[in-house]
Amino acid sequence: MISLRTTERYIKPAIFVACCVPLLWLALRIFEVGSLRLGPNPVEDIQDALGIWGLRALCATLAMTPLSWAIGPLPIRFRRMFGLFAFTYASLHVMNYLLLDQTLAIDAIVEDIVERPFITIGALGFVAMIPLAVTSTNGWRRQLGRNWNRLHRLAYLAAIAGCWHFYWQVKKDLTEPLIYCTILAALLGARIVQNRRRAAPVPPTGQPRSPKRGHSAP
Amino acid sequence: MLIRQKPAIRPSEITPESQYLDRRRFIRSASLAGSGLLFAAGCSGAGDEPPAPAPAPAAPNEAADLTPNSFADITSYNNFYEFGLDKGDPARYAGQFKSQPWTVTVDGEAENTGTFDFAAIVGPHTIEERIYRLRCVEAWSMVVPWNGIPLGDVLRRFKPTSRAKFVAFETVVRPAEMPGQRAGVLDFPYREGLTIAEAMHPLTLLATGLYGVDLPNQNGAPLRLIIPWKYGFKSIKSIVRISFTETRPRTTWSDAAPNEYGFYANVNPDVDHPRWSQARERRIGSGLFAAKQPTLPFNGYGDDVAGLYSGLNLVRNF
Ligand code: HEM
Repeated sequence: MISLRTTERYIKPAIFVACCVPLLWLALRIFEVGSLRLGPNPVEDIQDALGIWGLRALCATLAMTPLSWAIGPLPIRFRRMFGLFAFTYASLHVMNYLLLDQTLAIDAIVEDIVERPFITIGALGFVAMIPLAVTSTNGWRRQLGRNWNRLHRLAYLAAIAGCWHFYWQVKKDLTEPLIYCTILAALLGARIVQNRRRAAPVPPTGQPRSPKRGHSAP
Repeated sequence: MLIRQKPAIRPSEITPESQYLDRRRFIRSASLAGSGLLFAAGCSGAGDEPPAPAPAPAAPNEAADLTPNSFADITSYNNFYEFGLDKGDPARYAGQFKSQPWTVTVDGEAENTGTFDFAAIVGPHTIEERIYRLRCVEAWSMVVPWNGIPLGDVLRRFKPTSRAKFVAFETVVRPAEMPGQRAGVLDFPYREGLTIAEAMHPLTLLATGLYGVDLPNQNGAPLRLIIPWKYGFKSIKSIVRISFTETRPRTTWSDAAPNEYGFYANVNPDVDHPRWSQARERRIGSGLFAAKQPTLPFNGYGDDVAGLYSGLNLVRNF
């Protein structure tokens, strides 16, 4: 069993650094450090890199709970960090879209959000992530109590929207978005199975479910 | 656009990009500014008249608009699904491809059909140099200095009959050399088609090179179409078959997604792709901070080609 001390002192910082690597890599390519470069369409490169890492971090966030059923509560300690990285990457993804891709052309942005389903669903996903980032602190968590778990189910919505957004923009080859859809389906499916399993022994008297479910939300 | 007569280019004759751009600058300033279509008299190679003093440069946006993209950009950012889906895949995987020897089969409604060697197709013609805007259906664009022959000049030699209403084209199928064909994302061979009037239009080019060198494999060696007023997917690469037909031929992208890609595929800022806007385009090579630029009807070639479509509903026939 890995001690709490090891977790906090080594594993968490290691994961933090790992989560920064894609961002650093992108920065090195943007600033053309050494022989690193973005491609002929740099704005698209940035858009895609930030989007895909946002979605990966979101999947990692949602993987911590099922992982904790398998190996014990340790992964729950990394969940918030993954979630905040997902939000960071998604925010930069949206910023890149607004500033570099659209150069703040408001008309075009509004048209995109209203008329392009893939942008609409992406925006929905991003909006869903905002309250999660805001209420990620211990203070908010205490204050919201049981409602915190309820609220943080929005993470499912954000992940589904992210996958859908990816799926809808592809021109022909759906392999990559389908990989993420499969991962997400597995993560959500695991929760359904687990909930059923937990629900089963409960006698049909309508009594409240075990309060121990507390940490099993997103 | 710029059209310039040029003697046939030997494969060994490579123009360095910098020198090329210098020549360009002179030609642009010497040419007549017009409606997006600029003709310049031939002026290259040893023995030519020395260039006349250049008059005032063309309007700045015209000039900016036709500055060719770098050779590196043109040859590393390609949609050529036969070599893979990523824009970098063609440059990465096209090295194995053998573009010589090459034959083209000509069949259908024409008198002079058969299988012709590359030299027999290209040999009788003068290779011209044309700087065209290229607008991809994905809302990005480039400017490319192509070398090639007006397609109509080539087609006329096959003597199409009066029943030839369309011309269909096919790309080579060589899964051993083209990894994307092994993945089978599209229904290969890639097929494209034009009306006979579009095919015979003087702007339609059968390209054999760019920047004065033979077409790199990733750009569709050794023979490809360039139809500058249509989305890039119409400009079929590595052509091995040309068929004159009476009925409209099947085309790969409109078979794959008929609601997204039509037969005509004329560049049109007013008809959006179902999933994205076609009103503006990202000019490749414009850097991180450039705004997208407005897309022009028929990609700026409307004065020359809009007449081909009089009476046609361009919204329905996208
Ligand atoms: C207002 C919100 C958003 C906007 C405007 C937006 C916009 C875009 C755009 C323009 C692209 C590029 C499409 C292309 O390359 O042609 C893209 C790609 C992508 N976005 Fe978003 N997005 C938003 C939110 C999100 C969110 C919340 C996620 C998930 C966390 C996400 C994940 C992705 C992914 C995975 C890609 C594909 C990257 C690739 O092609 O490799 N996006 N988005």
